Amino acid sequence: MYDSILKVFSAYSLVAGFAIIGITMWLSYWLSDKLTHGRLHGSAIAILFGLLFAYIGGAYTGGSKGLVDIPLLSGIGILGGAMLRDFAIVATGYGVNVDELKRAGMVGVLALFVGIASSFVAGVGVAMAFGYTDSVSLTTIGTGAVTYIVGPVTGAAIGASSEVMALSIGAGLVKAILVMIATPFVAPYIGLNNPRSAVIFGGLIGTSSGVAGGLAATDPKLVPYGCLTAAFYTALGCLLGPSLLFLIMRGLMG
Amino acid sequence: MIIYGVAFLAFCTLVGITVGELLGKLIGVPANVGGVGIAMMMLIFLGGYLQKRGYLNLKSEQGIEFWSAVYIPIVVAMAAQQNVYGALSGGPMAILAGVAAVVLAFVLVPVLDRMGQKKPEQQDDSEVSPLPKLPR
Repeated sequence: MYDSILKVFSAYSLVAGFAIIGITMWLSYWLSDKLTHGRLHGSAIAILFGLLFAYIGGAYTGGSKGLVDIPLLSGIGILGGAMLRDFAIVATGYGVNVDELKRAGMVGVLALFVGIASSFVAGVGVAMAFGYTDSVSLTTIGTGAVTYIVGPVTGAAIGASSEVMALSIGAGLVKAILVMIATPFVAPYIGLNNPRSAVIFGGLIGTSSGVAGGLAATDPKLVPYGCLTAAFYTALGCLLGPSLLFLIMRGLMG
Repeated sequence: MIIYGVAFLAFCTLVGITVGELLGKLIGVPANVGGVGIAMMMLIFLGGYLQKRGYLNLKSEQGIEFWSAVYIPIVVAMAAQQNVYGALSGGPMAILAGVAAVVLAFVLVPVLDRMGQKKPEQQDDSEVSPLPKLPR
């Protein structure tokens, strides 16, 4: 029985992914309606479910890809992988208000630099509080708080230990996941309800999965504005991490 | 035909991501430089142009709108494959560093939002005298 189901689910993995995610969406919107009277978006609940399942999957299999490490559910990996994710994000750009975008352009660029600097400072501050004093470790953990890609890229470039690299990836993952969970709850308090603030949000947060998930759970109309700026964040971080940020840290720490 | 819209979307995505890769190589960064953003810009401007010329009709647009509409389910699938377990087993320092970065970024959203605004609102708090120091 299980073998037959597994055979079908792995041969038709993407189709199975559509079915499973569809059921999750239906359940989430039903819960949103019944329990919160629509106050908490169905999409926010669905993303929470996704993260919860990912935790269970990771704890159960010991793998690094959440639910996807369970063979029966591998189709979710295709559906939520980088290819279809980027394809769908680009599609959300259709119908974007060009004037809004132009108006937020400059502040969006500013947000990118401020966002990388603030995340870096936050990461370095915490690392210092935990007793790290060498510039290589501090820079690696600080850039990990930028995104979980910038951290290891920087760490590899400046020769960080693998233990510090793992911490840096961990910090970036926590950031991405927390943004997905917290954004819909925080949005009303930080004025995240218009294209301009979404552009700024994308630049400040930057971690692409976090921005994509956080905005989807808040208001899908804001997604393209935030993702547009966030698209430049990781690259800018990779550019600044091993160069400017490391040089600053070396200058400060000796 | 719906496939025209899907193909146009695919074309924009591929060109954007490729340009992003090339930019990364050019600058010497091991990451895609704004590929999704460039693709989105292409879709917005080239799409607007084609639509005005009548090359992108309602049926073709449906091919783009479908992918825009399944965006949220795709994000849910993305959430389901995050390394949540790994993130939480990174220990208190990794968790705190991530939390601190997010809190700081959230706080800065309204700050930057106000900064760029053309008409700054008249603030009355400048008139208010600072709180007197309490005797210990």
